[in-house]
Amino acid sequence: MRINPRFTNKFVQIGLNFQAFFTVSILVIIVAIICFKGLPYVNFEFIFAYPEDMGRLGGIFPSIAGTILLALLSILFATPLGVGTAIFLTEYTKESLFTKIIRFGVESLAGIPSILYGLFGFIFFVIKLRMGWSLLAGVLTITIMILPTIIRTSEEAIKAVPRNLRMVSYSLSATKWETVTKVVLPSAIPGILTGIMLSVGRAVGETAAVIFTMGSSLRLPTSLMDSGRTMAVHFYILAREGISMEKAYGTSLVLVVSILLINVLAYYIMNKAISKYS
Amino acid sequence: MIKNPVRKEQFVKWVLVAFALSSLLFLFLIFMFILFEGLPLFHKVGLKNIIMGSKWAPTKGFFGIYPMIVSSFFVTFGALFIGAPMGLSCAIYLSEYSGKRMKMFLKPALELLAGIPSVVYGFLGVIYIVPLIRNYIGGSGFSLLATSIILGIMILPTIISISFDSLVSVPKTYREGSFAMGATKWQTIYKVVLPAARSGILASFILGMGRAIGETMAVIMIAGNALRIPTSILDPLRTLTGNIALELAYATGDHRLGLFSTGVVLLIIIMILNYIANFGIKRKM
Repeated sequence: MRINPRFTNKFVQIGLNFQAFFTVSILVIIVAIICFKGLPYVNFEFIFAYPEDMGRLGGIFPSIAGTILLALLSILFATPLGVGTAIFLTEYTKESLFTKIIRFGVESLAGIPSILYGLFGFIFFVIKLRMGWSLLAGVLTITIMILPTIIRTSEEAIKAVPRNLRMVSYSLSATKWETVTKVVLPSAIPGILTGIMLSVGRAVGETAAVIFTMGSSLRLPTSLMDSGRTMAVHFYILAREGISMEKAYGTSLVLVVSILLINVLAYYIMNKAISKYS
Repeated sequence: MIKNPVRKEQFVKWVLVAFALSSLLFLFLIFMFILFEGLPLFHKVGLKNIIMGSKWAPTKGFFGIYPMIVSSFFVTFGALFIGAPMGLSCAIYLSEYSGKRMKMFLKPALELLAGIPSVVYGFLGVIYIVPLIRNYIGGSGFSLLATSIILGIMILPTIISISFDSLVSVPKTYREGSFAMGATKWQTIYKVVLPAARSGILASFILGMGRAIGETMAVIMIAGNALRIPTSILDPLRTLTGNIALELAYATGDHRLGLFSTGVVLLIIIMILNYIANFGIKRKM
């Protein structure tokens, strides 16, 4: 039987429309469930109080603080390394075997799943370097994990800076480094910020790599050598060990909303940057 | 501070080289430490007994991870079975059908799916998908099916964004040529655009597989973690990643080495998948 191609065409179009709608509705449903189930349990006390009885009662303040500490410190380490690498790859070399090898390394790092980062962080930082389950071990592991994201987005951002700007700078007899710091980087900052925000989102949502390096102490980490838990780890333990479904829902709401806000901000910055150059 | 501009340039350059090398150093350290811990057991117990062994009782000297290797591939293909058609059709819709405004809204929205942490997917799987399967299809609900559904959703952003990129990079002239010959839009997509974007689409599937096989937290919450090869889609299973995450916190001695051996196998599978995917993406360009 031969089906009229125009009929197939219409049929496929409707099917694809439906499919896209269906996929987006999955996202909407996930966010809606998290919001409706979590909202009744989230209040001022939940966010600013310390947990009691393994998290059955009280709030999640230490895990919020732990998350912020982990994310900020990782960014602090990863940003100079990542942006430096991106500057080197775009401004200081031509494409060569050396840059190919570095790019291969970055791509490989990006592909390694988080549980293997956890495994590595556990054996290297926690055991061999005797850091124990600590904020520092968690930060160093996450630093390595988010590095590829920062390198890639920074590279894209730096490449997008128009060549003319560099030429003008050189014609004013600026050195390469002066050109990079005073001309290229200021123009590339929105793109670099996007990469940083996306990395923060990843650090906030990460569990497997964090739980085996930073541990899961319920206390507020006060030094780099203290163990602590992030919201994602806290949520995982509450849900998996069935400690408290109410607190789990509440924690998931705070977790998901913060990640979505961070990512929305990242895309907002990126769109601003794109519209600036096009 | 260094005053001489020439020497300053030299200094900056070497610092940047060191930064760039740090990625390679980290990759080297990760490989070295996982291999260093994981390989001795292969020597001691024997490669065959680990990779082909079906009994995992690390405290009694059995380190067989064959069921986990098989299970990891099962959930990966299950995820692909669900995620690939959904993801590809979304990518086609985005690149060929949607208007500019719709695209501006849809693409970031779909990328936000990637930002939702895997523990949240696992939790929702436990609360909604697992009971649904238990009540309406059978079994305990903690199953290959539940894991495949959740992983299928989780790999959507990867598949959509990479397929989309490769569809968009098909030159407009290809489409115009096809339209000029009287083809409908779907005939054009099916016979011209999709074949032209083939390698990028395949790469997106393989990267999706890489994500699925490496996924941990969601999997251990919904897979049931049973130590045998599943015989139906309703059977529970344990993946390579799950094995590591479930036991690492308390394992000591040879048991811990066994988990690193699991990590070695996982690392090798992932590297092969990523290599194939990158090859696919590069060939397109």
